[in-house]
Amino acid sequence: MSDIASDLAWIDAALTSSRPQALGALLRYFRDLDLAEEAYQNACLRALRSWPQNGPPRDPTAWLIMVGRNSGIDDARRRNRLRELPSEDAISDTGDAEGEIAERLDGSHYRDDILRLLFICCHPQLPATQQIALALRIVSGLTVKQIARAFLVTEAAMEQRITRAKAAVARADVPFEAPGAVERGERLAAVAAMVYLVFNEGYSASGDTIEERAPLCDEAIRLARLLLRLFPAEPEIMGLLSLLLSQHARSAARYDAGGGIVLLDDQDRGRWNGPMIAEGMALIDKAMRHRRSGPYQVQAAIAALHSGAASPDQTDWTQIELLYRTLEMLQPSPVVTLNRAVAVSKVEGPQAALDLIAPLAKRLAGYFNYHGVRGALLLRLGRAGEARCAFDQAIALAGTTAEAAHIRMHIDRLTAVDGGDSSRHPSNAPSTPE
Amino acid sequence: MLYAILCYHDEATVCAWSKDHDDAVMEKLAVVQEKLTKQGRLGPVARLLPTTAATTLRKEGDPPLVLDGPFAETKEQLLGFYIIDAKDLDDALAVARDLGEANPGGSYEIRPVGVFRPGNVAP
Repeated sequence: MSDIASDLAWIDAALTSSRPQALGALLRYFRDLDLAEEAYQNACLRALRSWPQNGPPRDPTAWLIMVGRNSGIDDARRRNRLRELPSEDAISDTGDAEGEIAERLDGSHYRDDILRLLFICCHPQLPATQQIALALRIVSGLTVKQIARAFLVTEAAMEQRITRAKAAVARADVPFEAPGAVERGERLAAVAAMVYLVFNEGYSASGDTIEERAPLCDEAIRLARLLLRLFPAEPEIMGLLSLLLSQHARSAARYDAGGGIVLLDDQDRGRWNGPMIAEGMALIDKAMRHRRSGPYQVQAAIAALHSGAASPDQTDWTQIELLYRTLEMLQPSPVVTLNRAVAVSKVEGPQAALDLIAPLAKRLAGYFNYHGVRGALLLRLGRAGEARCAFDQAIALAGTTAEAAHIRMHIDRLTAVDGGDSSRHPSNAPSTPE
Repeated sequence: MLYAILCYHDEATVCAWSKDHDDAVMEKLAVVQEKLTKQGRLGPVARLLPTTAATTLRKEGDPPLVLDGPFAETKEQLLGFYIIDAKDLDDALAVARDLGEANPGGSYEIRPVGVFRPGNVAP
């Protein structure tokens, strides 16, 4: 018998990865988001009871779809008082029917199911922020807290946003026919943004939660691939997938054995995933032929410049700085400027970078990386007291233990050289806040 | 006689493999390839990146048309190939069966090679 903890971890992973497909299929059956969600939740509850006892089903997604569908139909019947619920055993013992359903889950079917689910979340009546939040909640099954963190807002604000979005979707007509090409294209940008945020949720996981959150990166990459198969000539989707691959390719080198953060400059590049980097480069190469630039392509080009450098000092920071400048024009944001500042610090030095981020102080006051980067820049300038202050603020805002530990390391170094010349520590140079 | 073994599989399935599963399959395939290498029967081997990274050049137009994506939209995609030396079709099929045992799922197309030049690219 396997222990309960590993059972639960396996079930949790299976439920997470099955969610878009299973929920999408249930939505196709019931044509109602609430009914589909309820049926899916029931299926998950039954899975939690049945799987530890009976072992994993051959195809967890097919199992969830079938059990969810039965449960939804039974609920409807019970409401109509036509029939009683069948016994638990009758539902759990899916036998050959499961294989039958699995066979019917051919590629095009589930792709359309997932796409429909994504597009419903991206209903044009919803503002972009609500669309993305709703998709993260419904398609990816992230908790409100996780979504709030990815958006840099409070949990209460996010809860409200999702509640509003759900209400709006419930009032709106849900489109069950696949949208036309033009309509699809318009919604694609919102779907792409959601996929990117799903990726970031996994990517920003710390060393101690990487196991649980890392599948989000894989899920986002799968979704991006899926989008690209449906929109094979869309350069921004190529850019999106390229970006995700280039970043994910470095995942094995991003944490040390103790779960501590390893900055880009210090990573063992031999541990980067070669085929993933190659695929990322092939995709950005393809995308740029279209000469229709966009934020994902620019970010993918930056990521490719990092992953293509054989060593940190071969990184083309001048080019990266230019690309961030382009990104600032395409998609102005204080976080982009902060990233450009890191490139500026490599090309022009810490003072120029500090000047660049000074106007961001108010807007990024609650952003961990702002204080981390600022502290590192101050340190390079020998302003140890101010650096310590910035690092203290960063620690207060750290979302993960690894983030906090990383900043604490800087403070420890400061303490060790108190009264000395702390600018002698070149390893305190800021690195790209990933 | 040289044969190409062209590997077809649903790439969405293969892309959804966990890294552990992928590693395990590659390890099993390496055993079969090692055996062929020792017999001096293994030519170039390639695993192709997903078809989302593919570009197609349609040559009938003037100028030829560049299209994103694979040549054909099929349920199973060309994901890689082996070049092997085999006595005859039975022999080539035996090799394909060995490879298939290490990596079940999908199909192999066994195709006799007409012209073969080993080329000179470094891996």
